[in-house]
This record gives sequence, C-alpha cells and structure tokens, in this order.
Amino acid sequence: MFKIVKKRELNPTVTEMVIEAPLIAKKAKAGQFIIIRAKEDSERIPLTIAHYDAAAGTVAIIFQIVGAGTMQLNSLKEGEYVHDFVGPLGKATEIEGLKNVCVVGGGVGCAIALPVAQALKAQGTKVTGIIGFRNKDLVILEDEFRACCDELIIMSDDGSYGQKGVVTMPLEEKIKAGANFDEVITIGPLIMMKFVVKTTKPYNVKTVVSMNPIMVDGTGMCGGCRLTVGGKTKFACVDGPDFDGFEVDFDEAMHRGTMYRDFETHAREAECNLLKKEVE
Amino acid sequence: MPNMDPKKCPMPSQDPNIRNKNFKEVALGYTAEMAVNEAKRCLQCKKPACRTGCPVQIDIPAFIAEVAKGDFEAAYQVIAKSSALPAVCGRVCPQENQCEGKCVRGIKGEPVGIGRLERFVADWHRENVHTPAAKPEPNGHKVAVIGAGPSGLTVAGDLAKLGYKVTVYEALHVAGGVLMYGIPEFRLPKDIVQHEVEGLKELGVDIECNMVIGKVLTVDELMNDYGFEAIYIASGAGLPRFMGIPGESLKGVYSANEYLTRVNLMKAYQPGSRTPIMKSRAVAVVGGGNVAMDAARCAKRLGAEQVYIVYRRGMAELPARKEEVEHAEEEGIIFKTLTNPVEVLGDENGCVKGMTCVEMELGEPDASGRRRPIVKEGSEFELDVDTMIMALGTSPNPLIRSTTPGLDTDKHGCIITDGPDGLTSRPFVYAGGDAVTGAATVILAMGAGKEAAKAIDEAIKAKEQA
Repeated sequence: MFKIVKKRELNPTVTEMVIEAPLIAKKAKAGQFIIIRAKEDSERIPLTIAHYDAAAGTVAIIFQIVGAGTMQLNSLKEGEYVHDFVGPLGKATEIEGLKNVCVVGGGVGCAIALPVAQALKAQGTKVTGIIGFRNKDLVILEDEFRACCDELIIMSDDGSYGQKGVVTMPLEEKIKAGANFDEVITIGPLIMMKFVVKTTKPYNVKTVVSMNPIMVDGTGMCGGCRLTVGGKTKFACVDGPDFDGFEVDFDEAMHRGTMYRDFETHAREAECNLLKKEVE
Repeated sequence: MPNMDPKKCPMPSQDPNIRNKNFKEVALGYTAEMAVNEAKRCLQCKKPACRTGCPVQIDIPAFIAEVAKGDFEAAYQVIAKSSALPAVCGRVCPQENQCEGKCVRGIKGEPVGIGRLERFVADWHRENVHTPAAKPEPNGHKVAVIGAGPSGLTVAGDLAKLGYKVTVYEALHVAGGVLMYGIPEFRLPKDIVQHEVEGLKELGVDIECNMVIGKVLTVDELMNDYGFEAIYIASGAGLPRFMGIPGESLKGVYSANEYLTRVNLMKAYQPGSRTPIMKSRAVAVVGGGNVAMDAARCAKRLGAEQVYIVYRRGMAELPARKEEVEHAEEEGIIFKTLTNPVEVLGDENGCVKGMTCVEMELGEPDASGRRRPIVKEGSEFELDVDTMIMALGTSPNPLIRSTTPGLDTDKHGCIITDGPDGLTSRPFVYAGGDAVTGAATVILAMGAGKEAAKAIDEAIKAKEQA
C-alpha cells in the first residue's frame, strides 16, 4: 500500500497525486512510468512519472479523468492509500549531449513533458516549450514550464488563452525561421504526435515521441503494448516508451488504442452511477 | 493385502459440457474412501522407482502407506519434508513422465495415482488442520529470491526451514508467478496457490510484491546495500514470441501471456471485472503446448463458439500433456494440426476478420529430432476467426541480465549455471527454473529450487567456517 501524501486538482479533469514511494523516487528518471492499481479490484494502468523527489521519497503522477480506472483512482483522498504502485518502468528519455531542444506537449501529456523539459534545463540545454490545450480552463503547469523553458509558447484550440491554433503551427514557424533544434521531443495524444512528426519530417529534425499504448503488466511479459517501429515489433513498456517518431506506425497504434472502447464506455457509465449513488 | 485392480481409481470430474462454460475446477479430487482404496494399490517397493522420478524426491511409498492407514496428517508431514507446494504439484505435474511413469504397477496396468493422492493429502490438510507451521530458529543469515514463481517459492521454503531470513521480490502485485497468471483457475484454483504462499509466510518468509528487480533495485544493491549473502534468480521466462507475419498487430491478436494474464490474474472472466477481455466468436490459438491448451479452454469458457488449436505438426507431435489435449477435445476445442498461419486479415476498423493458413506435411527430422514441417504447395485457405492467440513459447526477460554486470547468459538469454546446483558466473548468485532452462515445467523449476537451496546453504556455511 502506498500513501497519497498530496492531492491537487490542476483543472476540472486533471488531478495530481504525490505518492510516498521512496525506492521508486530514488531511481526514477524523466520519461519513465509506473503501473498503478488504485484498489484491490482495480485494473493495472500505466501513468508517466510527472515529478520525483528522492530526498522526500515521493513520486508524483498527473492523470486525466477519462474512464472508470482514473475515476476510481480520483475517488481516493489525500492520506488514503493506493493498492499497488510499481516502477520506475521503461527507459528514461535520452537527453545527454542535447544543446537545443523543442519540447512539444499536448493536454495532459504536458505533465509528462514537464520532467523532460526540467531535466534538459538542469543540464544546460536551451529549451523551447510549445504546449497546447483545448481551451483556457484546461491549461496546466504553466508556471512550472515557464521556470524551465527559455521560451514558452502556449496554444489553445479556441484561442481562449495564449495563441489560437495547434502546436504544429509555431513549431513549423520556428523551424522555418532557423531555430536549429537538435531534437524535438513530443508527448501528447497520438494524433498530435503524428502531426508533429509530419511537420518535422520534411525538415529532417530528429523527433522523439512518447508512446502510450494499452498495457497490462508493464514489464515485458505480455506484448499488449506492442507497436510497429521501423517495421519491427517493439514493446513500449521495455523498449520505450520513447521512439523515433519517423519510424512509428501511428495509424496502427491509434487503431490498437481503441480495442476496448465499448467495454470502457460501459465501465465509465457504471463507475459514474456508482459515484452518484455514493453522493446520494 | 494390496488392491490389485489394474486401473487407477477414477477421479470424479465436471461434465465436459458443463465445465466448458465455467471456470470452476475440472477435476474434483478423491474422497477419503477413494484415496485409501487407491493407496492400497501401492506395493511398497523396497527400491521405489517412483521416488527417483520425482524431481523433489518425495518419499512416495511412505506417504502412501500413511494414506492407506487413514492417517492423512502423517502423510502430509512426509510430503512437507520435500515439497512446499503439494496441492499445486499434485494438480499440475506431468506425473506420467515422472513419478507415475516409473511406478511398477504401470507395467501391467495403470500406475498408482500418486499425483491424485498427493493432491488429496494436501487438500485434506488445508481443510482440516489449521495450526500454523512452527517458525524455525533463525540462523542469522539473509538470502534474497527474485521472483515468486514455483522455483523461487521452493527455495524460499527450503531455506526458511533451515533458519534463513528469506525475502522474495515479486514484480507483479501477487506472488505465485505462472501459478497465478498462467495456469487457469479450472486447473489450479487461485485460493489454493495463495494458501500455499501463506504457509511460506508462516515460516517467516517475507514476500515483497510490486518490486521489479533490475529497475527499482539491482542484484548488486541487494548484496551490497541490503546485506543479502546470496541471491537466487528465479525470474522465469515471461517474454512472449510472435510469428512476425503480416497483421499481427491487428486488434484481436493476443500473446497467450496477455490473454491468460487478463483472464487469470486480473480475473477478466468474472462479470464486473475492471480489466477487459475481447468477447470473441471464433478463436484460433497458434501453438501446441500446455499454454495453448490453457488459452483455448479459457476462450471456450469465455463464450467463443469455435475455438481452434492451429499447430504446424501433427496430433502425435503436440508438446502438451496428453491429459490436457484430451480435456480440450472433450470440451469441444477443434484441432487443426498440420496447419500454419501466414497472415492475419483485418477489416476496415483494424480488427481481425480471419487468417490465411497453409497446410503442412512432415519431412525429415530436424536438429531437435522432430520431423520438420514443410508447406504444401497451393494449399492456402482462409480460417474465419475474430481473435488470435499466439502461444509460441516464451524466453527470459532481459531486465535482470542487462542490469547485473558479470552475469553470463547464452544466446537465448538464459542464465548460464555451473551444474545442477544453480551457481551462476557471479559468486553467491544462483539461478534456476525457466530463467535458466527457458520455458519448462513447474516441477522442474521446483526441483532446481531444491538443489539451489541446498547449494546456497552449503556455500554460506562454508564461508562462515572459513
């Protein structure tokens, strides 16, 4: 059992939880993830490590409430315990030697992009941040990004905050204007990462994507998270989650992501009704 | 007078057409009367061949003699000296190749039902005796075990009985390894596995779940920072293989490990489970081993109308236990042998809608001694399925070998050990089970654990005297 030492609402659908897990905090690196089971009967779900503090012995996760699993997790309060918390899993993002990087985050993916941007900043890399949200109410972690980016551009689909439009617009402008990025690191919805790669490929700017397929164990024993990268089958949980964006088969990954959609819709409704009953 | 019936006392089991719709145990076990009756078939040989066939060398005639007398607890105590998991082994050991394969009664009839008797004794003890095992006197030494599967649990039990402080590190959220995620409930009820795990805790074994060694801690940290004097690596062979054919990433293609983990460990078969599983109409399981049989029988129980075993060699070459194949056939699994898939076909939504197969014929024996399957020209046909489960075998996970400097492994990724005691290329680091042999059986993993426990005890005592 792992204690929730802090819980904070970042926006109406995104929650941050700080979990007491000293062993994981000691080993974690930017880009790695954990597998969590909120309660004894919960599904195992993967969440990227948003922050780690070895001295305090804590690991933070940030999640969007999208379905039954995250709803169940969000029902736990500060001071309560999550049943299982395993990690750090996957490979850390490779940042060594990079001088000039653009970090592109979308939605709740920004929570995962942040530790990468922070780690880059800490080693002296010039960091340009481009983060995108649907609207003003969904903006998260702005101050944290400002603190670790040399330049930060905020986008919103409807123009209610920052600039109006999608993240690929300023990205292309920057590249065209000769920004000379060694690398673009992008984390967010599959469709966004697919278009980031479409934007960078003509200019041949190396682009690393952080993939988020369905996972069960997260240790390489089932292959549920497999992806096709450069024509080869890779397991995101052990070979990734970071991959060369030019090599990833995004359409296949998007198809696989919808495998349990019907089940998930049903489970979400069931969980909503359950929560409603608890409120009554 | 021994019971000279040439046949084993049959064990009651669920009707095939009822059991293929539920996950309850298929075989129901002996009654006390049946057990005594079967025990009387044992001739109490002076040089019992059965015992040499048992990888953990249970004193088989001695425990059977107690069963014949009706003293089931005495029988249990005999078994407990050699095995930490009798309720498991009595159920899943391939006895026909082991103890029962050597029984003299097997020459002119059926061998004594040793496995069934072991199972009966373990079940009787669990249901009737509730005094916890006495904690052994501590000897002051600490040993770590990586992996809580059958091999790791055996080492932990044996060393704990000798007074060692043993900590078992398990990556998943429950202990048991393949006994929990792989072998289905209808062959091995999970509460029985957990009961045997509880027995180890009573001996003073610490089991730490959610600990992925190689990630959260390394072998070197366990030895240098945590004070473990020896390590036993029993991390198994959990990395699934795929065929590399087109369409393998379509929705509806599973590795057997994923399918079985969802069903068994996450209990996706139960209504209201929070872990989903595909609702399938027609399922092809590719492979012919025990894992393939387990996956096929699970798919049938989850409501699939047709379930095929697709195997590239013939019925005679199926690597699964004969009993498993028979059970599968009784439950309505369709065997498509001498058949090999070449492509998975998908619909516009990226879901499996069928697979293209070719027929095979058997040629000359290959290096492994098995006849090599050869594709029949022009034999392509389509099989109508919406789910495909790949049960092609597994290999060891690279996590431990890639984070343990100086640990030698072979080209398959298996840890190399020096002889049967399990010593690796690193001093005081031992290994056994599937991590060494590649995917094998539960009892072989336990046998390796027994040998290693003995070797670890000797090595630590020798160091102490030096």
